[in-house]
Amino acid sequence: MAIEVRIPTILRSYTGGAKVVEGAGDTLGDLLTDLDSRHAGLKARLVTDAGVLHRFVNVYVNDEDVRFLGALDAKLNDGDSITILPAVAGGAFGFAAAAAIAQHSAAARAARGAAVAAR
Amino acid sequence: MARYDSLLDACGGTPLVGLPRLSPTVPEGAPPVRLWAKLEDRNPTGSIKDRAALFMVRAAEAAGRLRPGDTILEPTSGNTGISLAMVAKLRGYRLVCVMPENVSTERVQMLRMYGAEIIFSTAAGGSNQAVATAKQISAEHPDWVMLYQYGNEANARAHYETTGPELLHDLPTLTHFVAGLGTTGTLMGTGRYLREKVDGIQVVAAEPRYGELVYGLRNIDEGYVPELYDATVLSRRFSVGTRDAVLRTRQLVEVEGIFAGFSTGAILHAALAVAHEAVRDGRRADVAFVVCDGGWKYLSTGAYGGTLADAEDALDGQLWA
Repeated sequence: MAIEVRIPTILRSYTGGAKVVEGAGDTLGDLLTDLDSRHAGLKARLVTDAGVLHRFVNVYVNDEDVRFLGALDAKLNDGDSITILPAVAGGAFGFAAAAAIAQHSAAARAARGAAVAAR
Repeated sequence: MARYDSLLDACGGTPLVGLPRLSPTVPEGAPPVRLWAKLEDRNPTGSIKDRAALFMVRAAEAAGRLRPGDTILEPTSGNTGISLAMVAKLRGYRLVCVMPENVSTERVQMLRMYGAEIIFSTAAGGSNQAVATAKQISAEHPDWVMLYQYGNEANARAHYETTGPELLHDLPTLTHFVAGLGTTGTLMGTGRYLREKVDGIQVVAAEPRYGELVYGLRNIDEGYVPELYDATVLSRRFSVGTRDAVLRTRQLVEVEGIFAGFSTGAILHAALAVAHEAVRDGRRADVAFVVCDGGWKYLSTGAYGGTLADAEDALDGQLWA
């Protein structure tokens, strides 16, 4: 038995378009190294040069966020199901929307500050 | 207390109800494991967002950012928009919502009824276009105010000052708090309060896992984590798929008579997971979770009837939480 890994749309260029791939490993780090041997470049999209999970990547082991289970050191077992997803903000509006508002709010605050200073 | 000076004063103070039928049975002699639902649909506009909207407006007033007659501009079609529309009406502000033209008619009718003005952006552009349109409008009207719930500390503070204390007052034996993770305001505020007051409290996040379309960004670097989010407040974080959320939403109304939206189903799914673990480990547990809103606004999805597979299809590609 192996570990099943669900790949998000934006990373399927590394898996030949496959939605689900299989791998093996005692920890998440081992699993990603194993996957990278067949899907070169995948690991570098998920793990930073500093050796931690990318800020905008969420990995779930059996539906639980791996950051609360030891991150790359999280123990895995045969039959586990892994889901990889980009980090997005929930709610009525999505991630990009929220990011755009954040930028805008900062700009608006700065503009208001400048307007007040000019008075 | 049942009498208030105005609707705004009736925000919060929601009931906490036990779920004797959905709580797992424990073996004879084992400590009890109980589920409790905090009915946030009993807020003035029917969702937990009333708390955040009220606090964000009051904070902006206190900071001098909002003055009587000012205009609030928010790109939103969800519960926050409806809450802001109500608060804006009662506090004397104008609210302009920017939303894609393909949002459900219930949302549009509800916002208009509360007096909000709506500017539609093209359906094809999705929420990104709504934000772009809002930014353009805002540039033309620099005096209009955006409250930005994802990064507004008053959003989390609303829950630190109200939701958290209410829960602890009503359930001093609380061991787990489970809520949805969107702006993260509910979990950050309530979670911080409970961590200060309750030894060993488990703060558990239930995050909706949508259909693939929703994650259609071009690049990982386009991802987003709300500014309010602090992972150290959480103990665990579950990702709940559409099917499980629908299943639990239906179970909640069928077994306990609580008619809720789908985000509540996702939260219940995580609450049941931690409750069953407590039973397995022979530990006492009082698991309180949030009912975010009622099911009324989601009836038109058709996901309350038919097979689970049909419901999953109906919600595919939608932001159902």
